[in-house]
Amino acid sequence: MTKPVGMEVAVAAAEAVALCNIDVAACYPITPNTHIAEHLADIVADGRIDAEYITVESEHSALSAVMGASGAGARTFTATSSQGLMYMHEILPITPAMRLPVVMGLGNRAVSGPINIWNDHSDIIMQRDSGWLSIFADNGQEAVDMFIQAFKIAEHPDVLLPINVNMDGFQLTHVVEPIVFPTQAQVNKFLPPYKPFASLHPDHPLSMGTLGLPDIYTEAAKARDVVTVNAKKVIVQIWKEWEKMFGRKYEPVASYKASGAEVLLLTMGSMGETAEMAVDELRKKGVKVGLLKLKLWRPFPFDEIRKAVRGAKLLVVTDRAVSYGGPGGPVCSEIRAALYDQPNRPEIVNYIIGLGGRDVRVEDFMKMVESAPKAKKSGDAYQIYGVRE
Amino acid sequence: MKKWPETWKEYNTGGIVFEPGSARSFKTGPWRSLRPVWDNSKCIKCGVCYLFCPEGCVQEGPDGFFAADLDYCKGCGICAHECWPSAISMIEEGHES
Amino acid sequence: MSTLTVTPNYATGLVSNFDLFAGKLVDREEYFSCGHRACQGCGEALAIRLMCKALGKETVIANATGCMEVISTLYPTTAWKLPWIHVAFPNAAAVGAGVEKGLQVLRRKGRIPDRDVKTVAIGGDGGTVDIGLQALSGAMERGHDMLYVCFDNEAYMNTGIQRSSATPFGASTTTAPAGSASPGNRTWKKNVPEIMVAHNVSYVATACHSYPIDFMNKVKKARAVKGPAYIHCLSVCPTGWRAESKDCIKLGRLAVETGIFPLYEVENGEYRFTVEMPETLRPVTDYLKLQGRFRHLG
Repeated sequence: MTKPVGMEVAVAAAEAVALCNIDVAACYPITPNTHIAEHLADIVADGRIDAEYITVESEHSALSAVMGASGAGARTFTATSSQGLMYMHEILPITPAMRLPVVMGLGNRAVSGPINIWNDHSDIIMQRDSGWLSIFADNGQEAVDMFIQAFKIAEHPDVLLPINVNMDGFQLTHVVEPIVFPTQAQVNKFLPPYKPFASLHPDHPLSMGTLGLPDIYTEAAKARDVVTVNAKKVIVQIWKEWEKMFGRKYEPVASYKASGAEVLLLTMGSMGETAEMAVDELRKKGVKVGLLKLKLWRPFPFDEIRKAVRGAKLLVVTDRAVSYGGPGGPVCSEIRAALYDQPNRPEIVNYIIGLGGRDVRVEDFMKMVESAPKAKKSGDAYQIYGVRE
Repeated sequence: MKKWPETWKEYNTGGIVFEPGSARSFKTGPWRSLRPVWDNSKCIKCGVCYLFCPEGCVQEGPDGFFAADLDYCKGCGICAHECWPSAISMIEEGHES
Repeated sequence: MSTLTVTPNYATGLVSNFDLFAGKLVDREEYFSCGHRACQGCGEALAIRLMCKALGKETVIANATGCMEVISTLYPTTAWKLPWIHVAFPNAAAVGAGVEKGLQVLRRKGRIPDRDVKTVAIGGDGGTVDIGLQALSGAMERGHDMLYVCFDNEAYMNTGIQRSSATPFGASTTTAPAGSASPGNRTWKKNVPEIMVAHNVSYVATACHSYPIDFMNKVKKARAVKGPAYIHCLSVCPTGWRAESKDCIKLGRLAVETGIFPLYEVENGEYRFTVEMPETLRPVTDYLKLQGRFRHLG
């Protein structure tokens, strides 16, 4: 086990990707993910890994280029945020359709407008139905671990789907945290070399990205849906392998002081760490509150959510994105869907928090829990917390 | 052997088509209303008809003369139009020359 | 000064000094099989077929969305006998750039055989000069060892003959139609070969399937370049140009002989015409009158 080092999380993410011996990276800079792109470029320029780094002219071309490289059989990586991810959006659903195991690092940032470079989840939420696998890191250690896990998950023969690792922009990407890096030998043991099931080469000519007429599109969608849903099994299995090898546990829905809790708070992303402190404070005041931290966003962990909320009377779900005119924060509306058929389900209150980088403090989480019953009585599907009236 | 239309389990991973040139299973011959006919007495075996066929269905026979593969010929008339000694005529389908 | 006299044969549209038997020297292998769903008399399909013969087996194709992609790869069949990838409309050059780098690094790391495999990105005029221009510019600027071939049929044909920036002046298209208040397309063709020369692409050429040996020679030459190369191939579309399918080759010839589409190559900034032109350029009306998209000009 290596000693923990203090490192900016975005830089550490690039180091983790380098440990995975990628072949091709194509990154276009956008705040706040730029440091991943820059540090990875440094690593390649110093010859620390043997990879091709394509300085593409746009994010749309970044994803297109890594798809081309992945099609050729290379292990690939890209990174972006917000508007960059939106620019990639045309290409995004094509990657899983073509079963190309691209890994993407996201420094989550608010989507324009108004233009805002700070952190919320609107960028990844807007790609909800794209078919990419999605995991969320709560801290720097998780970010590093998840990038290494991501390659193994994506390239698994039962998966072969692209995956994005989400880190809150600035809030997580730009903070310096203590990180224990796996050694190269450990990563080599954990992550086998990439063996594509199909690749572009004259020795075996094939056509990728063919036209799907109405008589086959439904079947293509079903095939893709099945593999996406089944990916959860592989993710859980790989997380168990990781725990065995490195001692750090990962679950689709992690919990903190949740056993016996009557009220549960739910977060996704790095604000979970602030919420933990709020849970501690509330417990001191005698409130039987616990915290659920959603780490797996796609495929959505329906069973794990149902199990985790059993016994709780109230579930306070925090969302970091708005679905304008919709049924609530995206995470909350999916949880409501997961719990709809359950006979004993908790009351649900939804707070939309931390939009466009608005800070959410320990006191805010405490206030949310304390005012949840009142919010429930209002009958609103969701509340935008902290808005100045 | 897969039958068309396939079930979702049979759908190739990623929609990849593994068999090169499998388009040959689709016969475009029924599209045409005109058909090229070669008068080999005029043909100078230059190969221009072979060169200019967008389908690639005009091929050289063992005798050095050329003919269109009628399973695929769409009857566009390019070969007849380009033929140097005008050895190719386009005749209407359903009529014998 | 050439001593060869050029006598156009107006009856069939053939040029007398055309190298008549050169076709017999062409590679007989067909890399673009029958059974593709292109319209009858499609110049672009012919151009693809000829290009592949010139490229040979050791090639990977990255294709933009467009006529050629759609008619050639209807799942579960493909007309391609070369490795081929299609992702989306604006990104053929970006996908090709990724394929090129992927093959390069895999070969270096010994994960694929140690042989040269050429990456060729192709697209129509839509996917190249308009929506695809950014990706093309980026890839060419970065110096990828990639050939880009634009098959220019002068409109967005696959979606129904809409105007592109390669549509010639006065042509009627569905989004810039000729009407009582408009002469059709009001702008001149965007000069993408010049844009490529400005990118310091060492080999840039214009070509046409009606001059197949010239086209194939250019493809071979471009393929041999270690770095970016660009060919702009005029592809006659009888359907979109409202012409008879049998006139496909003739129209390409007329475009060249009238001076409307000169065939030239630029090697490291040096310009050179590559086909013998008639002593006097043919009247433009000979070309226009065969096409319904120019009928309103008559």
